[in-house]
Amino acid sequence: MAQTIGDLAVLVRSKNAGPFWLTFDIMFDSPDVYRRVRDAKVITREKIATIFRRKPDEIIVVDHDAALAIKVSFPRPHSSGSVQDSDVFGGQQYAPLLSLEV
Amino acid sequence: MASFSLVSATGMLGSGYQPQSIDKAIALGAQMIGCDAGSTDSGPSNLATGKCHFSKAAVKRDVDTILTRAIAHKLPLVIGSAGSSGNDQGLDWLCGIVHELAREHGLHFRMAKIHSELSKETVLRHLRSGRTRPLAPFGPLTEQDVDEALHMVGMMGAEPIQAALDGEAQVVIGGRSSDTSIFAALPLMRGFKPGIVWHMAKILECGAAAVAVRLAPDSMMATLHEDSFDVFPMRDDYWCTPQSVASHTLYENADPFELVEPSGTLFTREAKYEAISDKAVRVSGSQFAPAKEYTIKVEGVRQRGYSTVILGGVRDPYILSQLDSWLEQLDKSIKIRIGHTVPGAKYEINTRVYGRNGVMGDLEPNKTVGGHEVMIMWDVIAATQELSHTIASSVGHLALHNPIPKWHGLITGLALPFSPGELARGPVWEFHLNHVLVPDTPTSLFPTEFEEV
Repeated sequence: MAQTIGDLAVLVRSKNAGPFWLTFDIMFDSPDVYRRVRDAKVITREKIATIFRRKPDEIIVVDHDAALAIKVSFPRPHSSGSVQDSDVFGGQQYAPLLSLEV
Repeated sequence: MASFSLVSATGMLGSGYQPQSIDKAIALGAQMIGCDAGSTDSGPSNLATGKCHFSKAAVKRDVDTILTRAIAHKLPLVIGSAGSSGNDQGLDWLCGIVHELAREHGLHFRMAKIHSELSKETVLRHLRSGRTRPLAPFGPLTEQDVDEALHMVGMMGAEPIQAALDGEAQVVIGGRSSDTSIFAALPLMRGFKPGIVWHMAKILECGAAAVAVRLAPDSMMATLHEDSFDVFPMRDDYWCTPQSVASHTLYENADPFELVEPSGTLFTREAKYEAISDKAVRVSGSQFAPAKEYTIKVEGVRQRGYSTVILGGVRDPYILSQLDSWLEQLDKSIKIRIGHTVPGAKYEINTRVYGRNGVMGDLEPNKTVGGHEVMIMWDVIAATQELSHTIASSVGHLALHNPIPKWHGLITGLALPFSPGELARGPVWEFHLNHVLVPDTPTSLFPTEFEEV
């Protein structure tokens, strides 16, 4: 059975990057596993756009080799704490990433 | 070049740290104590109300140790983003706590209080002279945005803090400050390279957040050298690793390799991280590129109205299996009913279904009900509390008895956990500015008062 991001990562989290952006960190503790996920292109702007129904051109994906981490950011649909926002800290938006297969 | 050491008391003033961590840092040669007191993380309410995210007791306890140690050892103490938002009310509140502690301990020192609240006139003057720029994903600033603002603050860079230290203040209490400026101001005055200094400041601003395993908030120390800095925690059971320190540039930034400050941008892509002991990590290689134009980020909030919330649970499997049509039918009934009760009233109802997509809303890819019950929240926003209550009470009543085809007769399809069912939430706000100003000078927006405490 294919392994998932949830199986392989040591930390997957989401958080505000200021009141208008959401940012996701997918972190590993082994360079091999990190490189495997990075090189398999498991996390791309297109995939993130599909999962969260965003436009690919507003998504930032960065591979951070020294941190063994992949980072994803995009503008929040609603600013932090505004009337339509449901997650003031942005802390519970990462769950759909966990089932991505590597 | 001599080295320079400094300590960050904790990630956010009021979140706590062990007092012995400050003593240890001083014993190890810390020449400055800094602490960030602010954040926009908890939403627009701090800036709107001027109230601190943490209690007075928590903040006073955190100020007590760093203030008494700083005075006893003649070290500068720099606190930025007073009272969470850094607006004038938050700044006065924190300065009040400093005064109270000074009286209780009989401390005397020179203090600088740096204001960051921006008047509408100031922002309009910059807007009208073409000195405002939007940040992604926003459009240009408008006069209406400024008009609607309840409070606005400018996020200061290192320069106002440096001016305060130049004015021989030992204790500097800043309004809204970039988290990093608090730690960068003094080392930059001492001539350390900006690339090294800003990267160090980015690691220190969150206290011990960059350790491998953080059990509770605590202090972090850094030592600057000519071409590198070392970072290490104070608690015996904490340690940094190259990965834990490298990872910290990820935290709360959209792009981990480019950190924008008022005076330029820190580039960390080429940074090297190496373990120099079982606790400490040495960082080198970051570059700082001065900005062509010095800019100050503005934060602002406006009021959206008053909110009344209704919470109700649904357990009936027949309602759950047709929740969308049940909610659509309810929406129609609400529109008709409100049209009769308060004709022409403007209102907004945000309906969230916990157990389906209450947490993620629009971002949720899986919009099916997975369990045997859901909690529905109706958040009713209107121009006054009374109007929002009027509408919410109708919403609650209609929801309670909203029928489904399966049952023939009047149903009660909602479990209300509270009596009364309407929860008055008071005024609600939103951040509505995401822009920078081009100031006359780096200090022009930040008037500073000096006083002998």
